[in-house]
Amino acid sequence: MRGEEKSRKQNNRINAFLLLAFLVLGLIGVYYCNERLGHKILQFGSSASNHGVDVDNMMYITLVITAIVFVITQVSLFWFAYKYQESDNRKAYYYPHNNKLEVIWTAIPAIVLTVMVGFGLYYWFRITGEAPKDAMVVEVTGSQFKWEFRYPGKDKVLGKKFFKSINEGANNPLGQLWEDPANHDDIYLPSGDPMHLVVNKPVKLVINAKDVIHDVGLSHFRLKMDAVPGTPTTMWFTPIKTTAQMKKENNDPDFVYEISCDQLCGQGHFKMRGTIIVESQEEFDLWMAKQKPKYYIAFPDREPGYKAPSDTVNKIAAVTQQPK
Amino acid sequence: MHGHAEVITHHDVHHDEHHVHHHKETFITKYIFSQDHKTIGKQFLITGIVWAIIGGLFSVLFRLQLGFPEQTFPILETFFGRWAKGGVIQPEFYYALVTIHGTVLVFFVLTAGLSGTFANLLIPLQIGARDMASPFLNMLSYWFFFIASVIMFSSLFVHTGPASGGWTSYPPLSALHQAGEGSKIGMDLWLVSMAMFIVSSLLGGLNYIVTILNMRTKGMTMTRMPLTMWAILFTAILGVLSFPVLLSGAILLLFDRNLGTSFYLSDIYVAGQILPNEGGSAILFQHLFWFLGHPEVYIILLPAMGMVSEILSVNSRKPIFGYMAMVGSLFAIAILAFLVWAHHMFVTGLNPFLGAFFVLLTLLIAVPSAIKVFNWITTLWRGNIRFTPATLFAIGFVSLFISGGLTGLFLGNSTIDIHLHDTKFVVAHFHIVMGVASMFGMHAGIYHWFPKMFGRYLNSTLGYIHFWVTMIGAYLIFWPMHYEGLAGVPRRYLDVRDIWHSFNKFDSLNKMITVVSIIVFAMQLMFVFNFFYSIFKGRKVRTQNPWSSNTLEWTTPINPGHGNWPGEIPEVHRWAYDYGKDGREFIPQTEPVGPNETTEH
Repeated sequence: MRGEEKSRKQNNRINAFLLLAFLVLGLIGVYYCNERLGHKILQFGSSASNHGVDVDNMMYITLVITAIVFVITQVSLFWFAYKYQESDNRKAYYYPHNNKLEVIWTAIPAIVLTVMVGFGLYYWFRITGEAPKDAMVVEVTGSQFKWEFRYPGKDKVLGKKFFKSINEGANNPLGQLWEDPANHDDIYLPSGDPMHLVVNKPVKLVINAKDVIHDVGLSHFRLKMDAVPGTPTTMWFTPIKTTAQMKKENNDPDFVYEISCDQLCGQGHFKMRGTIIVESQEEFDLWMAKQKPKYYIAFPDREPGYKAPSDTVNKIAAVTQQPK
Repeated sequence: MHGHAEVITHHDVHHDEHHVHHHKETFITKYIFSQDHKTIGKQFLITGIVWAIIGGLFSVLFRLQLGFPEQTFPILETFFGRWAKGGVIQPEFYYALVTIHGTVLVFFVLTAGLSGTFANLLIPLQIGARDMASPFLNMLSYWFFFIASVIMFSSLFVHTGPASGGWTSYPPLSALHQAGEGSKIGMDLWLVSMAMFIVSSLLGGLNYIVTILNMRTKGMTMTRMPLTMWAILFTAILGVLSFPVLLSGAILLLFDRNLGTSFYLSDIYVAGQILPNEGGSAILFQHLFWFLGHPEVYIILLPAMGMVSEILSVNSRKPIFGYMAMVGSLFAIAILAFLVWAHHMFVTGLNPFLGAFFVLLTLLIAVPSAIKVFNWITTLWRGNIRFTPATLFAIGFVSLFISGGLTGLFLGNSTIDIHLHDTKFVVAHFHIVMGVASMFGMHAGIYHWFPKMFGRYLNSTLGYIHFWVTMIGAYLIFWPMHYEGLAGVPRRYLDVRDIWHSFNKFDSLNKMITVVSIIVFAMQLMFVFNFFYSIFKGRKVRTQNPWSSNTLEWTTPINPGHGNWPGEIPEVHRWAYDYGKDGREFIPQTEPVGPNETTEH
């Protein structure tokens, strides 16, 4: 029995020492980890949208506060464990409660958290508030496992659509209602085509899903919004860095803004990717001028300046327009 | 309490007879359809361990894919056939693995395995009762869990595979058969299994509440109970009030799947097909789910907190600091747990004004959590600490709870959540604060009460190795994972190599995490070996009270029979935490207050 007690005490000392070692190595590890990975987190502190700047600020405030609490609590936890390891020379101090201490460490966290909630909500309402009136509008539609985009065209109004009108074979993948004239100038971008945005111009995304819930995740802009079938959602922001600028800043000629699906949507979830190009107004206008409304693709004969093609071509058009 | 005196006396007589073996217990009534709370606790624990092995193994499999996406593992094809075609884990397989891993660990291991084990084992022993209020319902509670387990297990073998829509199984993905393999029969089995599980939880929970409120021994006032009892009481209340909501959510989902209703469905065009459903709301399910789902986090955490409080106090030979504050903070957490569910839904298009309330209430939870942490640390301060494996796991719990709790302040703040929602940051956060921390609480409980369960000790050298490897491993796995989340890497992405430009820069990190997780998993297997080996061959307990503890369970015989105390149930004269009082090492709850004793506590 005596030997058993001796080895128990030895184990106690070893474990107390290990706790201290864990604390020291752990804190070094936290530092090392940040050195290794800190530069990979998408230019923390210099994000690519106005809201991203707010998000980064809030993150910075939270990081400072939590880091202080983290160090104080972890150090005292492990240090006390080490310092007050069992010893024959000490008796535990009977200390069941102290109301003053309890009040202090209820009040301080409450005050700090109030500050965090205050800042958080200030930014939250800035981010989720109404989009500016001059914001351009882009509609995003998610479906297994692709993103499709629609621009409202010259009239700046997205035409009405209804899911029962979806007919992919007849050039109507979104279910646009052609009898609504607002649809006639809407530009449709199929999956794979990048969305084009103008730098420093607010954009409001109108977000839909066809089948299951998806999520428009824009890491570089620090934004995210679910795409819910049956319930359209919106999100607005102002991109503040062009793609070219990001290429330069990241020293990465292949840089591209990516849209990731951030809500599990099925087997292809992990490859549901879209891309965005942020460019100057001139570049955007040039690109937009080349786009043709989906209406004219669905009904080529209604396009102004349409010339009736020769008979054979006509026949082919008639065949290809048959709903599948 | 007086109302029960007669009943208790009656029981005493009855069980005295038991103890001298006047009746016969068959193998079946003793080990299988047992109504003894201690046996039922062990049944929950062992079933939980089996599920933990399955769930852990699944995580190793999907970690293989995450760490080594370019590699093929032909052996996987041998075992899993088309699910791992060419030795590569297929997406359907990957999503099934993460779904079942989550479901099993959250519900079967950390709810049934944790609450089921320790509520059953400890409630009658620590409050001084012969058994639960209804031993029969208690037995049913286990067997419903068993049925749920069988159904969930069988779902792993159906042709189209088990559910694979994530442990949250959001519709429409989970509602539409066309949406994927995992949305077929596997999903129905998942829902039925969960329904059975909820029945089990409710039967257990009602029993725990009634027993704690009504069957405390003489002198065991509520404020003399050990904190384990308070924690289990609040856990049970949370479960009883929130699980039925999930049950209704699951039933509506079953209707949508099979009876053509539209609770969650509207405007759907899936797999080239226009569905007739209109008017439902996909978001409704998320409200129903998280109304349970968030309290569930605390259903998992609170019992661990209670056990950690008890174990830290016993082993630092000091009273738990701020007993009433600990009870109060448990209460505050339990209330707030019901009022924060929509913080899982900040990016669903939730009204921002409503979101603001959820931010406020969510961050408010940090206050009682902080109180608990400070009190645990103060409990260690000026103690005389014995580092049993249980103590180490309890300290590990506090450390992990701090780390994971603090990252909760990022996610709970909607502004930051917009960026971090559904990224690996979330995975890292909840694994540390809820998964690993509660697992540590559970390990602490097992090491501490194993002598009471089986009359033998677990091997403590293996216990120390188990602790240190798991502790270091847990931090190595989950701490750097936060950075992936900060870089926007979404969770549930099984391969980012060729497709993604921004996320494809954590190759070596992912390899490291996978290797560490394999080691940590192996260490858990070593623990399981220790567990079963020690049941039969462990060092025998020779003293009634091996940890020199104050609580009632250590006044029972080393191997208590059904009924727990051979004679009368002991009377309680003081709270559970008179350690180091008046120069005495410890004063059991059964000892009357002496004439010269200081009155302050």
